[in-house]
Amino acid sequence: MSAETVVSIRNLSKTFGRAGVTALQDIELDIARGDFVSLIGPSGCGKSTLLRIVGDIIEPTSGDVTVNGKPARRARLDRDYGIVFQAPVLYDWRTVAKNIGLPLEMLGWDRARRQDRVGEMLHLVELESFADHHPWQLSGGMQQRVSIARALSFDPALLLMDEPFGALDEMTRERLNLELLRIWSETGSTVIFVTHSIQEAVFLSTRVAVMSARPGRITGIVDVDLPQPRTAQTREEPRFFELVTEVRERLHAVGADQVVEEATLT
Amino acid sequence: MTSLAEPVPRGTLRSVGRRSRDWLPAVAVFALGIVAWQWVIPDVFHVERFLLPRFSAVISAFWHERGTLWSAGWFTFKEALAGFALGCSLAFLVGLALSRWKRVGRALMPYAIAANAVPIIAFAPITNAWFGLLSPWSKIVIAAILCFLPVLVNTLRGLTSVDPESIELMRSYAASEISVYRRLRIPSSLPFVFTALKVACVLAMIGAVVGDYFGGSTEALGIQIQSSVSLSQFETAWAAILVASILGIAFYAIVAVAERLALSWHPSVRGTAE
Amino acid sequence: MASAAAATRPPQRLQDVRRSEIALRIVALPVVLAALWGLWEGYRALWIATGWTRPFKVDNITMPHLYDILHQLFEPATTGGPRLITLLWHSALFTAKEAAVGFAIGAAVGFALGVVIAHSGMLRRGFLPYIVASQTIPIIAIAPMVVVGLGNYDIEPWLRVAVIAAYLTFFPVTVNTLRGLQSAEPRALELMHSYAASRWEVLWKLRVPSALPYLFSAFKVAATASVVGAIIGEAPSSIPDGLGGAIINFNQYYVLQPENLWATNVIAACLGIFFFLSVVVVEKLVVRRAPEHVA
Repeated sequence: MSAETVVSIRNLSKTFGRAGVTALQDIELDIARGDFVSLIGPSGCGKSTLLRIVGDIIEPTSGDVTVNGKPARRARLDRDYGIVFQAPVLYDWRTVAKNIGLPLEMLGWDRARRQDRVGEMLHLVELESFADHHPWQLSGGMQQRVSIARALSFDPALLLMDEPFGALDEMTRERLNLELLRIWSETGSTVIFVTHSIQEAVFLSTRVAVMSARPGRITGIVDVDLPQPRTAQTREEPRFFELVTEVRERLHAVGADQVVEEATLT
Repeated sequence: MTSLAEPVPRGTLRSVGRRSRDWLPAVAVFALGIVAWQWVIPDVFHVERFLLPRFSAVISAFWHERGTLWSAGWFTFKEALAGFALGCSLAFLVGLALSRWKRVGRALMPYAIAANAVPIIAFAPITNAWFGLLSPWSKIVIAAILCFLPVLVNTLRGLTSVDPESIELMRSYAASEISVYRRLRIPSSLPFVFTALKVACVLAMIGAVVGDYFGGSTEALGIQIQSSVSLSQFETAWAAILVASILGIAFYAIVAVAERLALSWHPSVRGTAE
Repeated sequence: MASAAAATRPPQRLQDVRRSEIALRIVALPVVLAALWGLWEGYRALWIATGWTRPFKVDNITMPHLYDILHQLFEPATTGGPRLITLLWHSALFTAKEAAVGFAIGAAVGFALGVVIAHSGMLRRGFLPYIVASQTIPIIAIAPMVVVGLGNYDIEPWLRVAVIAAYLTFFPVTVNTLRGLQSAEPRALELMHSYAASRWEVLWKLRVPSALPYLFSAFKVAATASVVGAIIGEAPSSIPDGLGGAIINFNQYYVLQPENLWATNVIAACLGIFFFLSVVVVEKLVVRRAPEHVA
């Protein structure tokens, strides 16, 4: 485990309930600093569970998770990561600015420092003119941008994302994919990204981890060697289709027929 | 829903001047009601004076006795207010405690709901025995008991109806239990709490007046109604009933305004369409 | 952590959960009653021993022994007369009749009113404020007038009190009918329109079924309100046959025999709870999916 490894997962397993449903089995994964790793697999393969275990929101049944060289619990208490869910999970009673400032308030930052950082974040996600709006006044895509801004507001090394664009339409999704890549390169964070979409996984990631159906195992990792920075053009390159096909075939090999496949351009 | 208009300024009191379409029907009904009271009921239906005096008679009695009636009203209103404050704050505190110790809460809830099914008003004579007929405390306790359960039920519901992902988010921030309450549970429970407060304030006023019927100080409104009836001063009795109603409505209005201020962010308050 | 795990854990069989919950509640009942008994006697003993007068002085009159109250039920209410419990049983039946009929009238009127104002924005804007304001009028003050006034039309006294009970009942039903009818999902409404359904059909095939949870929620409140209304209706109107009359009567002689009034309260409480539980049972039968949790 080099100093550049941000997340290290060893022999991780998780079973739920008295019935002993095995959600995850023997997961091994290393994630280096600056990596963008997607977890993709059929419904119920445990990818969201894995994400939550890394974030110490759920406890594993066995195995180790190390984040930033510390156990996952310590990393959570030290607030080493930010998390974005599929739903924006914004607080209706707070303005956009106050929502972004929520973790900062809890970290005890003083008002001036908070305001500065919130301003930076609003600039990052390009929502400066909406600082005093309430969440319900914003579209779904904008709400998710606020959610991302909030997750990054305290500069975490790691960003955990659980199908953040799953509830949005295709065009908004593609636009936000580009935004996310821009933010990722500007902040230099490490990202673990759970998704149902093969295209999204290949477009965004440096590596794609393919998971099998329950019990969830990582059956293979596809290195995405597309050049950075990626643009809308990248989706039309032959190499992109090759990689999408490779991921799809690996998923079919583990019976992952339920994975959503967007229509290709052919 | 995607109205990207101006941001909502904080603490805005919604202006009363909405389109006339909104309040004209209510005014029309009010006018019709007055007409009915003044002419239709006494003259067409021949309802006797001791059942429902003419509107003008009631108004003139109201004017003549305004001093006594308003001081009696204020006296009873204070009892209602005290009972409301006592009952609601206790209910909120108990609700906070029960939301924390969920298993106790779940076990006790059915009993609390069943207790609410008990006609509290049958208890009024007993509070009189406890605190004495003339003491306002006997009415205050009745009002408090009436307020307690609706507020408790709704507080509990509000505090616990937070979606799991919000809890997960707080957990990712390593938030303390107090922080979760302060920043998440309590604000999101406010709409529920205010709904219950609107119910409770009317109950408190009714409770205070009804309590008088089992005995009370002559300064109280319920006693005024009864003594007017016994002296065959039916116009004054109805004037006093009107005062009770007006005070109940005023109490409700105050709580509704407080709700608008506290919940300026809530979709139901920013109310675009109905 | 537990909540997140619960969110992803496969659900337990609903039957098992409900059965164990109900069993727990039945077992808990005697425990709770015993605990309340203990609290009562404990409070009593402590306050008498120390002589504290706040919040109120405790003695045999203000806080009779629970045992004495129960015992009193089986004693004659008046010398040589029937037992208290027999008396109260008949009073309770009388009041129950008023409350049940009042509930029926109030629920029907409330529902009809709710349907009407749900369909007409103008009527709603016109009448809803006054429907809400109607509940600020202290019904106990009006009860004697209603009772006497309806006497002109040769209506039985108990039926007149039922009208008063209906007054307290209709309001929660109206409000919840309105909310419930409006709660139909827009998609489901669009489907009905695609069938060219008339307003009547939309009402009975879609809106009313969607409104059932709201209605039952209101019925639970209304059940209690009808009992309260019946008791309040009797009391000032000098109708001696019901629980209201019993309360007035025993209130007069409270200092001599406080147990009588307390026993009446116990019976009134049982009546209120009985009405409430009846609605809960009907709800479980009518709404075959798991009904809303009582809390």
